[in-house]
Amino acid sequence: MLRTILAVMAVATVAGAAGAEQITGAGSTFVYPVLSKWSADYSVKFGDKVNYQSIGSGGGISQIKAGTVDFGATDKPLSPVELAASGLAQFPVVIGAISPVVNIAGVRPGQMKFSGPLLADIYLGRIKKWNDPGIRALNPGVPLPNAAITCVHRSDGSGTTYNWAYYLGQVSPVWKAKVGAGTSVQWPVGVGGKGNEGVAAFVNQIPNSIGYVEYAYVIQNHMKYGLVRNSAGRFIGPTVAGFQAAAATAHWAHAKDFFLVMTNAPSAAGYPITATTFVLMYKHPKNAARSAAALKFFKWSFEHGQADAAALDYVSLPPVLVKQIERYWATQIK
Amino acid sequence: MSIASDEFGGPAPPRRFKSPAPERSSGAGDTIFKGLTGAMAALVLIVMGGAALAMLWGGLLAFKTFGLRFLWSSDWDAVAHKFGAFVPIYGTLVTSAIAIVMAVPISFGIAIFLTELAPKWLRGPVGTAIELLAAVPSIIYGMWGLFVFVPFVATYLEPWMNDHVGTLPIIGPLFSGPPIGIGMLTAGTILAIMILPFITAVMRDVFGAVPAELKESAVALGSTTWEVISHVSLPYTRSAVVGAIFLGLGRSLGETMAVTFVLGNAHDFSLSLFMPGNSIAAAIANEFTEADSPLYVSSLIALGFLLFVVTFIVLALAKLMLLRLGRMEGAKT
Repeated sequence: MLRTILAVMAVATVAGAAGAEQITGAGSTFVYPVLSKWSADYSVKFGDKVNYQSIGSGGGISQIKAGTVDFGATDKPLSPVELAASGLAQFPVVIGAISPVVNIAGVRPGQMKFSGPLLADIYLGRIKKWNDPGIRALNPGVPLPNAAITCVHRSDGSGTTYNWAYYLGQVSPVWKAKVGAGTSVQWPVGVGGKGNEGVAAFVNQIPNSIGYVEYAYVIQNHMKYGLVRNSAGRFIGPTVAGFQAAAATAHWAHAKDFFLVMTNAPSAAGYPITATTFVLMYKHPKNAARSAAALKFFKWSFEHGQADAAALDYVSLPPVLVKQIERYWATQIK
Repeated sequence: MSIASDEFGGPAPPRRFKSPAPERSSGAGDTIFKGLTGAMAALVLIVMGGAALAMLWGGLLAFKTFGLRFLWSSDWDAVAHKFGAFVPIYGTLVTSAIAIVMAVPISFGIAIFLTELAPKWLRGPVGTAIELLAAVPSIIYGMWGLFVFVPFVATYLEPWMNDHVGTLPIIGPLFSGPPIGIGMLTAGTILAIMILPFITAVMRDVFGAVPAELKESAVALGSTTWEVISHVSLPYTRSAVVGAIFLGLGRSLGETMAVTFVLGNAHDFSLSLFMPGNSIAAAIANEFTEADSPLYVSSLIALGFLLFVVTFIVLALAKLMLLRLGRMEGAKT
């Protein structure tokens, strides 16, 4: 009797595993919340499982280049030259935003106001205390303490860092000259946390600290985010409307291989620190079946995953962009 | 016949009988066993040498690009491709030094308590509790450190030290700074808690192995408990005690997860122990998977090689110290 049960279980496991594909991906922690929600829903409907490891954008790029995963996810787009050299195709999958978060007693979420140059000066270490005149000028009624600012940044290579540093470079020439943009930069001051999760944990633990996290982590950890002044001079909070306004001004049609960084978008109502997550896949993949299964997963996510993405405060791609991506797949990924 | 004496001074056995030849040893089996065990010993050396050479090979690009400057440069710029090992090496050495300075006296005290002073019914439970500390995974120490210990340090310990220790003349600058809680002092303290059970366990075992006759003779001659410990137990177990300390030191030099939670992962050098820093193991763990240029990867592998070198130097110092202590006392090590 026992042997029969064991035999039936063994056959069932093997049979169950045979039909479903196991798609592997790695990369950006920025996109992890929405990718895990999509993969959970997709595997319930279709059986294919997507196994995604959020090891950071730099890790995603190196793993797909090494061929150990079926797709890599990165917030830092690769240039067409780099893509051609590795035989990779690149397309955007979701748009999100990066929010400055603070841990100051008595400050409510959405109360702090920052401008781009102010954030750059804080992270350069030029503004050292919370009651500095520069911060007070933008935040008249806020109880800012006479305490040193602890900047929290990422200790691992990160596309979130790339977009943040790129934005600071766009608004502050000093930042651009001194630090530049990259998935890993030489931070003038601050402590490093591992992943968006690590930065969130540090900001929550250290009083009078400031950090930058992807907006989904802000909501999940109930953090005190700040508003950021955009290029039109308005203070915008991280809302879906703000992200969509920024996304609307991005010129995707002209970007080869979708190589475009959309921070500091020239939009009147757009949130200035929006970022796109890109997926990298091989144009001529070794395992064509798994690659095709991965493309099916992404197609389903574009068409049916909007509710999940909106619930997690990401912006789904505009339909025009989805069409452009699907045409790109047809021509590039065989 | 003459009465010869054996080494104990008693009468030697009569020499009428020849000692039996070793008939039961089969030459082939012995040779094979000797060869096999020799091969295993050689394998350890080969693996260790191979690992060191592999890391030296991987780090060659970094050593060639930066030269000796790699050892004392505190740059770590992935955008401009400039790397230097000073901050990680400094962080590793300082956190391990803090850990040893805190852990050794406490371990010593625990070992003495368990072997000499505690009532017999207490020795078992306390000993087991210490050994359980060793079984806790290091990432749990990291999480406990970040969520429980760091707020305590930031709210109570560091402000107190700022006011009372930070004003002292020479060691003042070491103990003053912004009380963020995350930094080399916190990391060193958590490392001390982690290496405590290893050092204590070895010390307790060797103190228990001191022959009772030696201790009883000392007591009979009028020694106090402390004199028995310092003049009989410690000299007898000297090399094992030093070995235990360096076992703990070796663990703390390589500890990764607990340190990366509470050290702050900042590639900045500062004298104050309150400030965040970086350690070799934490830097490699954080950055290896995302290192996107060959020079970056090579710099991280070179850091690993330097950790190898640091551990080797520390062990060599231990051996030298033991040798010198042995010569001073006239004993052979």
